[in-house]
Amino acid sequence: MKYGRRRFLLGALVPALALHVVFVLSPYAQSFYLSLTDWNGVAGDAHYVGAGNYARLGGDSLFLDAVRNNAVMLAVVPLVTIAIGLFLAGMLHRGGRGLAGGRAYQIVYFFPQLLSLVVIGVLWGFVYSPNTGLINSGLRAVGLGSFARSWLAEPSLALIAVMAVLIWSSVGFYVVLFSAAIEAIPRDLFEAATLDGAGGWTTFRRVTLPLVRESVQVAFVYLGIAALDGFAVVQVMTVGPGGPDGATEVIGLSLYRTAFGYAKFGYASAMGVALFFATLTLAVLALRAGRKERVELA
Amino acid sequence: MNSESQVRPYPHRRSVLKTAVTAAVAAPLLSGCVTAGGKKETASAGAAKTADNPLGVKADSPLEVVVFKGGYGDDYATRAEARYAARYPKAKLDHKGLQKVGEAMQPRFVAGNPPDVVDNTGAGRLDIATLVSADQVSDLAELLDAPALDNPGQKLRETLLPGVVDDGTFGGKAVALNFTYTVWGIWYSKPFFEQRGWSYPQTWDDMVALCATIKKSGVAPWTYQGKYPEYLNDPLLSMAAKIGGPDLVTAVDNLEPGAWRADGLAQAAAAFAELAGKGYIMSGSEALSHTEAQAAWCQKKAAFIPCGSWLESEQKGVAPAGFDMVMSPVPSRGNDRLPFTAVEAASSESFVVPSKAKNPQGGMEYLRILFSRASATAFAQANNTLPAVAGATDGLTLSSGLGSVRDAITAAGRDTFVYRFRTWYAPLAKAVDDATGELVNKRLNPADWATRIQKAADALAKDSSVTKYTR
Repeated sequence: MKYGRRRFLLGALVPALALHVVFVLSPYAQSFYLSLTDWNGVAGDAHYVGAGNYARLGGDSLFLDAVRNNAVMLAVVPLVTIAIGLFLAGMLHRGGRGLAGGRAYQIVYFFPQLLSLVVIGVLWGFVYSPNTGLINSGLRAVGLGSFARSWLAEPSLALIAVMAVLIWSSVGFYVVLFSAAIEAIPRDLFEAATLDGAGGWTTFRRVTLPLVRESVQVAFVYLGIAALDGFAVVQVMTVGPGGPDGATEVIGLSLYRTAFGYAKFGYASAMGVALFFATLTLAVLALRAGRKERVELA
Repeated sequence: MNSESQVRPYPHRRSVLKTAVTAAVAAPLLSGCVTAGGKKETASAGAAKTADNPLGVKADSPLEVVVFKGGYGDDYATRAEARYAARYPKAKLDHKGLQKVGEAMQPRFVAGNPPDVVDNTGAGRLDIATLVSADQVSDLAELLDAPALDNPGQKLRETLLPGVVDDGTFGGKAVALNFTYTVWGIWYSKPFFEQRGWSYPQTWDDMVALCATIKKSGVAPWTYQGKYPEYLNDPLLSMAAKIGGPDLVTAVDNLEPGAWRADGLAQAAAAFAELAGKGYIMSGSEALSHTEAQAAWCQKKAAFIPCGSWLESEQKGVAPAGFDMVMSPVPSRGNDRLPFTAVEAASSESFVVPSKAKNPQGGMEYLRILFSRASATAFAQANNTLPAVAGATDGLTLSSGLGSVRDAITAAGRDTFVYRFRTWYAPLAKAVDDATGELVNKRLNPADWATRIQKAADALAKDSSVTKYTR
């Protein structure tokens, strides 16, 4: 009996583990090794160069641009996305009651999630287009033509334009996530708060927010990882891509160009490994920060 | 309800760390995987060389051809294969027309079993300089010295347009043979100019004067494919090459100290900064993709656009009837060392015979057939594109754009030039593109433009990890 159970468990786990090792762990391991070599992508052999590739990263001005931009995205994208997501979810469930048509709103908010990032990049490229784009045409139509800008071609605006797209494309998902978390809060807590005379804002701050903390924490980790990426949208939408002059360069794009454009797979792997550790650190910090006391609901 | 009991949708901190440690430990064990190809000797024993079989092709060796199936399709390649099959009926032919040649061929080069001919072209092609430094491609000298198929009195190398052999030469070895010929210049609609009474300026002063007239008439004088600033680099660097002559081009390509501070480059940068400064570039151009900018130009919102000779076929269906675009050389700056008619011209659609191919002689023979006059003429007719074979368009009726390109080559004679640093040193090309984008958006002045690029070139010259080439 016991033996049969163990065999069943092994039979269920081993294939999945084997796939994981072959398709997830081994590529990771290989890139760790390649980051210490000068492999050019087509040679049958690679020469060991030690930490040389990592030493180069510090002097690569384009890579440093990328790190700076990813840092800005990391500071802005999760915070703004979660703020908007919480606000919209909170409005859909004010005081614990559902809003009429709340479901329909959720579905509409979720739409961007159904599009691939490449499609989103192409569509927003059209929206930002300087002469015929939706934004500038709209501004001109209402007599605000002086506010029309070359959104993706001005260094001071390009990164903001990219972050706006990232936020737009992910807010819907978090509205749905936070809505589910809010729905899981017992109704009587909201009723008690209302009886105690709490207004909408106080209820949100004192009841809703503490009880969806777990979800917010998860959202921070996911959005943090997304903010360290940004490759697809930048590659499709921006000038250069990654421009103008490095203004929207991200680590993923540097990595891609170094590997597939410059054929420096060893150096590109070093970028990948650096990004891996940055993401890992972020995840650890975010989870540690959230390890405080949890609210127990009866 | 207990929030603790919810399943965590994210990996636990410990599990993440554990995974990372496992990966790091496993690294040396799995390290052989990517580069395990090893070295393999080629079995290149060919047959005897005769007048009819100058490359010594073994008649029964199979031949595998991989072609980029892009804008030109791959009919031209299959036609040459049919002719190969007619000459060597015992050979088994394998044809592959691919869009992502690089992606498909990279593992085969690494594993040491590449095909016999590869058309290394299109987005994601393998970096040719890298293939050369990894010793993955054969020397084609034997093919270039073999008699041309249609004209046995001439060697194959003598039937090619100027610069074609040089374009495929790396470190003194001809390793790639390019099938199409591209010329860069400035394009405009001939009927539109005639109707407005404008004529194409031969000097930059006339260009600036004409731009003032064009702007007054409500049309933007210039536009460019702003999303990809390299399009504007072509006329800028062409102007510099005409001012400074071949010495300037060689100095730039050889990464000589101070090459980017040459007077020719300074004057050319100043010219394009002036174009931007006087507002002669259509506003918004800086953020337009090539399709958007070229469409705006076809709608006569702008008079001039810089581009290579592929523009006409790219705008098929976009350019209105009677638009009749033509290409002209970049105007002269004044006392140039090259005449106005000089053009930047280079070959592309790069065919290589991998050094580890099983039938390299067959691969070269295939290229001898592909580069014959008959094959090139059929290609020109089908694709409205100049092939790299001289005289391939003789006697054909050409469209206005292709006709102007052929006339430009004829007028240029031996005065064609090309910069090689774009293919040799891709990171330097990126630095130049970024700097030029900033220059024409008035965020960088010509002096800083030169300083910035010179810095990038100097860094590259010092970088011992990059294989250097000279010309």
